[in-house]
Amino acid sequence: MPKSLFQKVWDAHTVRTLANGQTQLLIGTHLIHEVTSPQAFGMVRDLGLKVAMPHRTFATVDHIIPTDERVEPYRDPLAQAMMDELRKNCRDFGITFFDRASGKQGIVHIVGPEQGITQPGTTIACGDSHTSTHGAFGAIAFGIGTSQVRDVLATQTMALGALKVRRINVTGKLRPGVYAKDVILHIIRTLGVNGGTGFAYEYAGEVFDRFTMEERMTVCNMSIEGGARVGYVNPDETTFAYLKDRPYSPKGAAWDTAVANWKSFASEPGCRYDDVVNLRAEDIAPTVTWGINPGQGISITENIPDPATTKAVDEKASIEEALAYMKLKPGAPIKGTKIDVAFLGSCTNGRLSDFQEVAKFIKGRHVAPGVKAIAVPGSQGVGMICAELGIDKIFRDAGFEWRDAGCSMCLAMNPDKLIGDQLCASSSNRNFKGRQGSTTGRTLLMSPLMVAAAAVTGAVADAREVFSVKN
Amino acid sequence: MALEKITQIAGRGVHVPGNDIDTDRIIPARFMKCVTFDGLGEFLFYDVRKNSDGTDKPHPLNDPRFKGATILLTGANFGCGSSREHAPQAIQKYGIRAIIAENFAEIFFGNCTTLGIPCATASREDIARIAAAVEANPATEVVIDVARQEVRFGGRTVKADFRETARDALVNGRWDAIGELLDGLPAAKAMTVKLPYLAA
Repeated sequence: MPKSLFQKVWDAHTVRTLANGQTQLLIGTHLIHEVTSPQAFGMVRDLGLKVAMPHRTFATVDHIIPTDERVEPYRDPLAQAMMDELRKNCRDFGITFFDRASGKQGIVHIVGPEQGITQPGTTIACGDSHTSTHGAFGAIAFGIGTSQVRDVLATQTMALGALKVRRINVTGKLRPGVYAKDVILHIIRTLGVNGGTGFAYEYAGEVFDRFTMEERMTVCNMSIEGGARVGYVNPDETTFAYLKDRPYSPKGAAWDTAVANWKSFASEPGCRYDDVVNLRAEDIAPTVTWGINPGQGISITENIPDPATTKAVDEKASIEEALAYMKLKPGAPIKGTKIDVAFLGSCTNGRLSDFQEVAKFIKGRHVAPGVKAIAVPGSQGVGMICAELGIDKIFRDAGFEWRDAGCSMCLAMNPDKLIGDQLCASSSNRNFKGRQGSTTGRTLLMSPLMVAAAAVTGAVADAREVFSVKN
Repeated sequence: MALEKITQIAGRGVHVPGNDIDTDRIIPARFMKCVTFDGLGEFLFYDVRKNSDGTDKPHPLNDPRFKGATILLTGANFGCGSSREHAPQAIQKYGIRAIIAENFAEIFFGNCTTLGIPCATASREDIARIAAAVEANPATEVVIDVARQEVRFGGRTVKADFRETARDALVNGRWDAIGELLDGLPAAKAMTVKLPYLAA
């Protein structure tokens, strides 16, 4: 019987069935960072255990890292303590650490693919919900809690129940000015923030066939915002071309063997899906969130929902709660909403192509007076290539602050935070209350080019108009 | 590892209404700047519970009537967002021992089970009934019966679902899988020869 990629990868990594019916699943690649690993190492030590396969765990530092301060000790002693702890744990247990001095540091979900560690047909786990990003390569990648980080450290396995698979086909061709970010915001808006609970999302269709790896990563990244713990795209020639000659990619004869093996994991025609959803690319517009969860999004040409005209009780209550927090006017256009901050970066949209695309349009333009705009490359690698191409200069000339790599203002565990109820046009992934570091701070999620359009006009704008994006 | 068999949890309830309560709200990111989980309990729901000067906002957890409650009642998609185990850790360290919701976000559910916190799924109507009973009399004893998959309160019984794998793990004292996983380690190591990317 034909099988889906999910099923094949699952089967290939099943160690055994546990007493409660869950599967003990072998986790081939474990990625760790400073926030969710220290307690796990503590538990491993307390239990007198070892790291089972230290060569299959890779560490980086991203959440707490200052983006405007390179010299240690950092001004924030708690951040320094977490940095020191990760360094110590990696040293004690023989784990590869992409520290800042390596030139390979960055957001864990950008570093893994960049280094060629993320490969098709593999299982990946990381103590971070955006681990689904790695599914772009045809890997099955799980965000996990700290106790499971302990489990993977100690046994290179974890206990999991199998997921159902929903195939999401996006057919047709995206209109100019519509990006991968709009595709995933549209999917989440359509299927709901918990529509994916219990599912792995298999993204497919012409739009995904044409997408670059970076675009696929943007979509897979936000699977969890739709409730799906796992999201993936079947591996193809685009995947293999991306991986060729990366530091951890197989070399020589092993490369050809690996590609043949990777191909064998792709979902087979006729395989059974638990659900299939078909969406049309032409229906997707530049999308902006107006609320306090990533499903509360509208196209740039739509108006903010009005609870007074909403019938469903739940929806009405959630709109009211969201608008009270966001201080936005019901029924008003989202376009024209004044912003205070523009943030370009994160594991969703902090890759080279995100900065390249924006740079094409902001050359010769300038950030509006009163707007603080920051651009944060997702990794030192991205930062270095941007510097080689002069992209950092284009951003600086346009009035952006160009920073060092890290998660930065996506979750504001470092010094990059909103102040008071500032409104931020953000290329990140979450618009939860207080997410960007101020308990009253407000976040509007959108594509990088839409962030740039808001930055240069000082208000939420249609990037297609601001930058004359041609049809 | 011998773990407690969690067959039922009895205690007083507290209702924190709302859907899509995310883990950033349960424990704001700034409180994750730590290398242990110690002391997280006091930061549970911090930004919706406290003003910036540290004084209390109106919130069910600040209501003296519900002080000492050990069972949290809430809405749909509870625990969505970040995978941070800091969220269930904060809940547990605050003193909450079980949660009843319309449904739970996937990663959060797993994290809770691993910590021995039963997550009961009940219908909206039934949660409203339990919440009404607790509101009318905060001393109402709410019994979460994991073994029998029901919730009892004020002489009434409603159905609850725990997901079979979690129910089994809780009632049989194997909710923390580390012991079993270690037993399977030799088998896991043996599998690596079939998966070239795992070669040392």
